[in-house]
Amino acid sequence: MNNLSNKRLTDLVSKEAIAEIELWKQKYPSERKRPPIIAALKVVQKEHNQWLSEELMQAVADYLDVPHIAVYEVATFYTMFHLKPMGEHIISVCTNLSCSMLGSAQVVEHLKKRLGVGLGQTTADGKFTLKEVECMAACGGAPMLEVKEQYHENLTPEKVDAILIDLGVKLEAVNG
Amino acid sequence: MGTVQIEINGVELTAETGSMIIEIADKAGMHIPRFCYHKKLSVAANCRMCLVDVGNLPKPVPACATPVADGMKILTHSAKALQAQRSVMEFLLINHPLDCPICDQGGECELQDVALGYGGDVSRFAEGKRVVVDKDIGPLIETDMTRCIHCTRCIRFGTEVVGLREMGATGRGEHMEIGTFVAASLVSEVASNIIDLCPVGALTAKPSRYQARAWELRATPSIAPHDCLGTNIDIHHRRGEVIRVVPRENEKINEVWITDRDRFSYEALNKAKRLTQPMLKIDGKWQKVSWEAALSAAADQIQKVVAEKGPERFGALVSPSATLEEMYLTQKLVRGVGSHNVDHRLRQIDFTTQHDDPMFPEFMLSFDELEEMDATLLVDAELHSEQPLLALRVRKSTRFGRVMSVGSHSADLNCRVSPEIIAGAPQLVGELQGIVAALITQAKDPVKAELVELFKDVKHTPEHDIIASELRINENACIIVGQSAQEHSQLGHIRWLCTLMSELTGAKYGELTHGANTSGGYLAGALPHRVSIGRESAVTGWNVQQMLQKGLDAYLLVQTEPELDSSYRDAARASLLKAQATIVLTPFAEGEFLDYATVLLPVAGFTETSGTYVNVCGEFQSFAAAVKAKGEARPGWKVLRVLANLLGIEAIKFTSSEQIAQLLKEHFEQSSDALIGHQEIPEELPIGGEVPKKLAIYDCDPLVRRAYSLQQTPLGQANWRKDQIDTLCLNYQTKSVQIEVEVVDA
Amino acid sequence: MANEVCFRTLHLPEPWSLESYKSVGGYSVLENIIANKVPAKEIIEQLKLSALRGRGGAGFPTGLKWSFMPRGMPGQKYVVCNSDEGEPGTFKDRDILRYNPHQLIEGMIIAGYVMTASVGYNYMRGEFYEPFERMEFALKEAYENNYLGSSILGSAFKFDLYNHMGAGAYICGEETALIESLEGKKGQPRFKPPFPANYGLFGRPTNVNNTESYASVPPILQHGGQWFLDLGIPNNGGTKIFSVSGHVAKPGNYEISLGTPFSELLNLCGGMRNGNALKAVIPGGSSSPILPAELMMNITMDYDAIGKARSMLGSGAVIVIEEGTCMVELAARTAHFYYEESCGQCTPCREGTGWMSRVIHRILDGNGKMEDLDNLLDITSNIMGRTICALGDAAAMPIAGFLKHYRHEFEYKIQTGRRWVDDHSEAA
Repeated sequence: MNNLSNKRLTDLVSKEAIAEIELWKQKYPSERKRPPIIAALKVVQKEHNQWLSEELMQAVADYLDVPHIAVYEVATFYTMFHLKPMGEHIISVCTNLSCSMLGSAQVVEHLKKRLGVGLGQTTADGKFTLKEVECMAACGGAPMLEVKEQYHENLTPEKVDAILIDLGVKLEAVNG
Repeated sequence: MGTVQIEINGVELTAETGSMIIEIADKAGMHIPRFCYHKKLSVAANCRMCLVDVGNLPKPVPACATPVADGMKILTHSAKALQAQRSVMEFLLINHPLDCPICDQGGECELQDVALGYGGDVSRFAEGKRVVVDKDIGPLIETDMTRCIHCTRCIRFGTEVVGLREMGATGRGEHMEIGTFVAASLVSEVASNIIDLCPVGALTAKPSRYQARAWELRATPSIAPHDCLGTNIDIHHRRGEVIRVVPRENEKINEVWITDRDRFSYEALNKAKRLTQPMLKIDGKWQKVSWEAALSAAADQIQKVVAEKGPERFGALVSPSATLEEMYLTQKLVRGVGSHNVDHRLRQIDFTTQHDDPMFPEFMLSFDELEEMDATLLVDAELHSEQPLLALRVRKSTRFGRVMSVGSHSADLNCRVSPEIIAGAPQLVGELQGIVAALITQAKDPVKAELVELFKDVKHTPEHDIIASELRINENACIIVGQSAQEHSQLGHIRWLCTLMSELTGAKYGELTHGANTSGGYLAGALPHRVSIGRESAVTGWNVQQMLQKGLDAYLLVQTEPELDSSYRDAARASLLKAQATIVLTPFAEGEFLDYATVLLPVAGFTETSGTYVNVCGEFQSFAAAVKAKGEARPGWKVLRVLANLLGIEAIKFTSSEQIAQLLKEHFEQSSDALIGHQEIPEELPIGGEVPKKLAIYDCDPLVRRAYSLQQTPLGQANWRKDQIDTLCLNYQTKSVQIEVEVVDA
Repeated sequence: MANEVCFRTLHLPEPWSLESYKSVGGYSVLENIIANKVPAKEIIEQLKLSALRGRGGAGFPTGLKWSFMPRGMPGQKYVVCNSDEGEPGTFKDRDILRYNPHQLIEGMIIAGYVMTASVGYNYMRGEFYEPFERMEFALKEAYENNYLGSSILGSAFKFDLYNHMGAGAYICGEETALIESLEGKKGQPRFKPPFPANYGLFGRPTNVNNTESYASVPPILQHGGQWFLDLGIPNNGGTKIFSVSGHVAKPGNYEISLGTPFSELLNLCGGMRNGNALKAVIPGGSSSPILPAELMMNITMDYDAIGKARSMLGSGAVIVIEEGTCMVELAARTAHFYYEESCGQCTPCREGTGWMSRVIHRILDGNGKMEDLDNLLDITSNIMGRTICALGDAAAMPIAGFLKHYRHEFEYKIQTGRRWVDDHSEAA
């Protein structure tokens, strides 16, 4: 019993998203309803500014015919799901052992300065969220970050700037 | 299952293969501390409190999840075991608020108890403690999630026992929290059992919050008053006030559970406006009077009608949740003045075959047998709202068995029901006839020719064929005729069809009935056509339908408000308003009876009287009063006895309720129902039928209607008659403490 | 003796393509098995002979694990690949997926054949976008060439393989948590027994191996178990990929013989960066206790030798640490990681990881007390061996390791508020 709108997933996301979820569903035994939860949440999150609203989670649960709480448990357990509005791009910086030994702190500081936000925060224009993450299995290229589903390794402040420029950040504006 | 020999703390024990160490230790009375383990739930092994030392194993192992093996030597108190248990205890306490002085669980808290044995006296934890935001999960359960130790018993209860996953553990690591999806009230009818399951004070009863400490409470065993199971309960009270109701374990009946209805209905007796003094309507105005004045007025009013209009113009209606003693004395009183108009079947509308009724509509198997069924056919049974604990039992059977349903509505169970025929009331008998026809087609043994003839034109569908063959081929099969069927206008025919199915298949047969004591009503003779223990009455009086639709001049109403309890709301109001005299025995001071009654006699509620309920299996369960009735209210059986005596019915001389129950029980045990309950084969198969609109779960009797917290739940709020019963709960006597502050002028 | 097993296509222009894989003998093993109906028992014998041990971290003999699957049991069985690489320091599976996906696929098909499983899942961590694309492409190629599907190479053997993605949880690298996650739940480990071989994915018998383990199978069967065993040393057969990171000149994956001296591995990596001195090594991922330089320089890289030094080879993640690195900081970062990644299910890990992390961070912030150190050691021993899965041990062991070898740095920090390394730069 709650006050959510009960909108259907098909009304909330694109046809392509539904088709992708259906593709994932085919990978698992048909009598099992839960295995596609993770994939479905990812597909839906990607279309909705990188975060999952309660309405979306409920719609995903109803679409897959699983209890709402089952989806909520999953959404709160895995770090790639966000339950609050995020920036258009999430810049995930690893600060684990190898990365921290090779200067991830400087990378984080540089990004903070460039974007004007702290860890876990989103820029005022809603473009970027700076996120600290645990090991992403690229320690050979430490320090590293991930943005737009791409790993960037062996980071230096210059390299970070290049990435930001690629993402459309005007560095002068930021500095000024 | 074979057995193995094991040794716990040097004691040799025989254990069933596959059982866990903790089960064997429990049976042997050896205590191993635990939080997540519960005998009615799956093993989670997450709290790690029950770590024990098993010979040869380097690490301590959880006793709840380690199966016994032959020759296993277990030490529950070795240095290794104790060290492990103490360290787990320390981990559990570091983030626990230790707010026992303000915690309702204090004094009956498993964490507190175990901490006493295994906890340290000084904490080494010097960091900040975790704080968790509380969740609003409805009006029945208070949450204080900072106290939660994440044992997940509440989650497992919902998932495994109820079959409704409402609660879950969200987040991870130290941030894991127990809760629901968004802020949502629990909707299950049995959700509040998680209060008892919670080993700490994270989930406590909201209605009784902060009202008493556990050690101040006295417990009186009793029987729950709302459904035909006879759920065993303990009434916890302090200084004459009921604080709460909790389940009392009875494996055969309610296991360790109770319904929310049984747990919280006591609130009506504490908080709804109670009738504390007899009242007499004089010149249309209610006036408080003495018992003597009220009783003699009541007797006079009855006698006047009997004398002037004849005894058949007087009749009594009694609640199906009244005690056996109240029912017996009511029918004795009615018959004592020469009338036979007495009935407790308030929701029934088909009386055509009442002379063929069994001694009482009986559940002819035990409740726990339901779990073992390979095939269960539910006939117009909506267990989740009628007998919620049976819904749990039936659900359990689906682990291996099949549940099928034919009903006016959906069976709406939290498990797979297949086939499920949602027929609508008019088609119900047709569907059942189809199943019988399928059985006749499938029969291996010869079927009576007249039956074959009778059903020869009845069509049966593939679903009927499946139901028929499931009932036939499974040794453990049963047919359950539900409470809704008792309200069907073809009740007699439905009963005949289902009994026939049982005969043709060998499937067990059981009926489910209204209130806590329909069986008691039948056995006590609170029926127009029978006196006690199934003996036919020489004269057949009016049934509830006739009494309310045709109208009487004088009514005696015992623990009932017929305009809400019966299936005849409009007729009831009209007839009761028109009657010359209506004497009402009720615990309450608020209700429509204020309009139509002439005398109000205050009687005790279920926590305040001794009495007996006979459950639908025929089990007599007597109970004592836990507390004294409010004000001048008296136990109903005493009031009825005195009133009968005033009416000159000398035969009634009981001095205790036990005597009445004893008398009936003896008669019952000596009786034989061989002479009654024979149903004739009908000449033709009837069709059609109807049922009155079903009452909502929290609208089933006067008590529940006035139970404030139950009314606030989603189920209470969804009641289709909400507007009719809302006022009953409105005038709550809120217990507030007035603190007088003296203002001293400067 | 480098790049002969999992990285055997690495020298080719498009090492991930079917063509490249076939050019080094790829799928020849499967073809042989199908054509000659090689008995499963023979395959398991070769694996046992090879002394291949689980490459995910636990080091359990793979042949033995495969023999546990109830082959004769009717009904669905599963083979699952654990590509949820996430142990800090480890980045080898990502490269196998990116550069030699077909070898993993062939390994899993053979596993399905041996264990009579007709469905396999490759569980990749959620952030493996590029590896996922490579795997999807490779699966497509494999299906098109009849290595996967309902009638593999025209035989009656049927095997379907699917890629599954996680969503960010280190604990899903634990095999039963991985199974739970694959079932669409939170990745919370199951209590064992029952083991996955009896009750695994969807309650069916399931074999879970690491990416590198499956990918090692085709070359082993191609050249024989003895060949593989001889690549390494007894009981530590084969080569192994070492993911070397930290303060070395050339970090990266090195597939070399087990039993190779650490000093040789360090040389392959171009030695320490900037010619700095070696201070210590975390030899098997963040869960393995740290070992000081003097121990490491006399050790060979294999399960037994590192075990003897009271650490673990683990997943083969070698984090190399130079002089001047503050051990309190490393310990704090390690503790923080396990605090973040504990699933929360069982008490000692849920509560203990947070406790350890807070104490160490308090020390790092200059608010430590001397008794904190003994308390920390006590907490580690109270976690170890008391939890449902190995994450408890994984969280506790490294902390105990830091305190064992570098207690003086903690004490110095507590007593002076300063980093030991700042005041002892000459010590190197």
